Amino acid sequence: MTGAKVWKRTMNKIPNNKAWWLVLPMFLLVAFSAIIPLMTVVNYSLQDIFDQNTAYFVGVEWYQEVLRDTRLHDSLLRQFGFSLSVLLIEIPLGIAVALMMPTRGWQASAVLILLALPLLIPWNVVGTIWQVFARGDIGLFGWTLNNLGVDYNYTSNSLDAWLTVLLMDVWHWTSLVALLCYSGLRAIPDAYYQAAKIDRASPWAVFRYIQLPRLKNVLVIGVLLRFMDSFMIYTEPFVLTGGGPGTSTTFLSQTLTQMAIGQFDIGPAAAFSLVYFLIVLLVSWVFFTTITHMEKSDNGNKHDK
Amino acid sequence: MATNMISKRNLGMFMYLIFVLLPIYWLLNMSFKTNDEILGQLTLWPTDFTLNNYITIFTDASWYMGYVNSMTYVAMNLVITLLVSLPAAYAFSRYKFVGDKHLFFWLLSNRMAPPAVFLLPFFQLYSSVGLFDTHLAVALAHCLFTVPLAVWILEGFMSGVPKEIDETAYIDGYSFGHFFIKIFIPMISSGIGVTAFFTFMFSWVELLLARTLTSVDAKPISAIMTRTVGATGIDWGVLAAAGVLTIIPGILVVWFVRNHVAKGFALGRV
Amino acid sequence: MATITLKGLAHSYLTNPTKSQDYAIQALDHVWKQGGAYALLGPSGCGKSTLLNIISGLINPSEGEVLFDEQVVNSFSPEQRNIAQVFQFPVVYDAMTVAENLAFPLKNIKLPKAQIKDKVAEIADLLELTDSLNKKAKNLSADQKQKVSMARGLVREDVSAILFDEPLTVIDPNLKWKLRRKLKQIHEQLNITMLYVTHDQLEAATFADEIALMYQGKIVQFGTPQELFERPNHTFVGYFIGSPGMNFIPITKSQAGVYYKDMQLNISQQQQVALQNTSSQNLKLGIRPEFVELSARPESNSFAVSVLSVQHLGSYQLVVIDFNGLEMQVRVAEKMQFSGAQVHLVFPSKWLKLYVDEYLVGEPAMDDGGQSMEKNHE
Repeated sequence: MTGAKVWKRTMNKIPNNKAWWLVLPMFLLVAFSAIIPLMTVVNYSLQDIFDQNTAYFVGVEWYQEVLRDTRLHDSLLRQFGFSLSVLLIEIPLGIAVALMMPTRGWQASAVLILLALPLLIPWNVVGTIWQVFARGDIGLFGWTLNNLGVDYNYTSNSLDAWLTVLLMDVWHWTSLVALLCYSGLRAIPDAYYQAAKIDRASPWAVFRYIQLPRLKNVLVIGVLLRFMDSFMIYTEPFVLTGGGPGTSTTFLSQTLTQMAIGQFDIGPAAAFSLVYFLIVLLVSWVFFTTITHMEKSDNGNKHDK
Repeated sequence: MATNMISKRNLGMFMYLIFVLLPIYWLLNMSFKTNDEILGQLTLWPTDFTLNNYITIFTDASWYMGYVNSMTYVAMNLVITLLVSLPAAYAFSRYKFVGDKHLFFWLLSNRMAPPAVFLLPFFQLYSSVGLFDTHLAVALAHCLFTVPLAVWILEGFMSGVPKEIDETAYIDGYSFGHFFIKIFIPMISSGIGVTAFFTFMFSWVELLLARTLTSVDAKPISAIMTRTVGATGIDWGVLAAAGVLTIIPGILVVWFVRNHVAKGFALGRV
Repeated sequence: MATITLKGLAHSYLTNPTKSQDYAIQALDHVWKQGGAYALLGPSGCGKSTLLNIISGLINPSEGEVLFDEQVVNSFSPEQRNIAQVFQFPVVYDAMTVAENLAFPLKNIKLPKAQIKDKVAEIADLLELTDSLNKKAKNLSADQKQKVSMARGLVREDVSAILFDEPLTVIDPNLKWKLRRKLKQIHEQLNITMLYVTHDQLEAATFADEIALMYQGKIVQFGTPQELFERPNHTFVGYFIGSPGMNFIPITKSQAGVYYKDMQLNISQQQQVALQNTSSQNLKLGIRPEFVELSARPESNSFAVSVLSVQHLGSYQLVVIDFNGLEMQVRVAEKMQFSGAQVHLVFPSKWLKLYVDEYLVGEPAMDDGGQSMEKNHE
């Protein structure tokens, strides 16, 4: 009882609206870069813009058009397909890598640093690395595949291109999931593993009942980050394939950029950006509330004594 | 049985590291080759070892200034991010206040906006306040996604520090500012290390905003790299060397915070 | 079910230990008999948890052997040793219900379902967990969680021994007492060797038949709570057991007898013999605060001392006196009155113990094993 009481007391936050003074600088700074551009985009989305001085108010016309546009529907579907594939590969692989990481000594630091490397490379350089690495003539990966008799060419074959972008994303971002899970695993006290040994738990039972429950929080973060970022992926495939061949790797961001900058269809592009933003927000929100709701119903059991 | 398990684990780890390092090695390998060798035949290491690609970069101000620009705005971003995030995270970890939950979600939602269409408003906004093509513009713009992340990580670490510490310090007669700097910040130094790592990571790797908000004076290295596409095709060697050089600051940062990261990862929320 | 024997056991957490301080456990021999209820008592850092983890197989000792009955089990894992252990802080499987938690060790040894159910119900009843069997373990309070941890330790019947590593640290005081009684009861029912690590002498004395007191990586005394109180083998035992601990008087010896400063003290025949056989200068006399006698008038062999302070502690009072520059504590009955600052003090020779180099010497031979324990340490 004592332990629980102490825990609760430290966790209870004091209601104090003066705390806003501490938050204010941060709020102003972020609001400057967030709210004004957002309002500008909302403004665009309601107008037909010819040039800087000529614009007509068109109301929700762009939104109606965007929701009927099949090109954007295809793009959206491709995007969901890609994000889903990314999550299905990177989350389990990240967990597996975290489980394999050494836990102490210089090996732990070394592995940590090596794993962090792909995360610290500018995104267009990531594209460049894979652009070179996967080429059939001068890249080790493409050259090896071709010499093994696999007909692989990411510049002409749509499937190859899509798979290459996926592989690149796995290479680039699995480390993030792995590092997050590694931190979750380190937070498990030794006593849990010892108790499991004493209780004769199998390695699978240790993973299922000790490690996985403790990974839940970091996995929520990992899934959210990976979903958001993969859904908005732009730079890497743009450098790697330029969206081709055809439209096989033209993801949503790129479609939007083409509309906004290439064709100067700012109005529809803005409208679709907002729809797109709302989709990401909605998916994240649903995911987030489902998780917190699950936790709440778990905790609810405690009270119906 | 046990040793068998361990060696299996190590083998798996080893294979994954190879997967991570091989593309980077290939870039490194290419950066020491001449273009003739790169395009001639596939070699696993440079047979005709050359530093010319690097010399090209280091002797041309328009090249190396790109690095200086990138590092300048990343450093500025890091300082600004920490300055505003530390008090904010403290407020979130210690107090309840009107709108705290909404504010937190709003912060995170800033990471969800698709960048493409927001580039134009950003350009207009920073031009109108006279910051276009300055390091500060990029640093401020990057705060949009570094600050939410920093607040979120720091809040996790700060919640781990018992509130009794604050109370004891106030009883001992510390003012808030004194307590915060002298006592509290050292206690969450690992958290700050991890935050610095992530802030650096997201600012250094970002290209779209950085490219849009700069033209000459503050142009980042990643934007300058597109120059290697010339009339005679791509200068692969220089491109590879430039790429390798963009990886080095990252390595330095991880190296400096490695102990914090290892320890911080163990304690904090991330 | 097993007798646990430790032979020449030593352990260091360093890879290349050189000094004796590098060792958490030093040259330790001990036997825990099958079916006994033992306490391993000592201050923090004395090596008691290390010793426990060596017995359970979580730590491999640097030197020496662990035997279960006749078999050396050094290379055995905890499951091969068939040990149950309860840790200081509650370890529960968050994602499982209480019932699933209790069933977990039984499921892992592939017990039939019906038997698991019965056993879980039995243990839950014993520890009063029946009401919360269907709750998720993570929603329990800290002491409920610890009860679940303990129940998981007790649920398997066939274990060689059950080890407790300060299991009641997070428990409320009144519940603590109840659980200790429960453990004792369970011990009587199951006839399993139980080893209980604690730093609390009261906890040790109420749970265990025999206590092993550890200090700096060694067991300095093993005996019943009464033996530890009445005949501390080592000055540390005297200091650690009892509240307050033993008073120690540094002494010097000469032809005529033993002295504290210029005051001559009377010692027994055996103690004089023991003194003649040593050349050590590290000589002390020890006496428990309970055994010092105070009186208002001078008696034979009494010393006049001044009273520094008196504390009333309910059933007794604690008097601090100045014995020729040495502060000593005396426990006397509450009804005794101190009229002036001056009292007279007597050391009953039966309770005056002689320590040479911190170890007890010069005691009359006793019929129990206490004497042989002493020899081990000299």
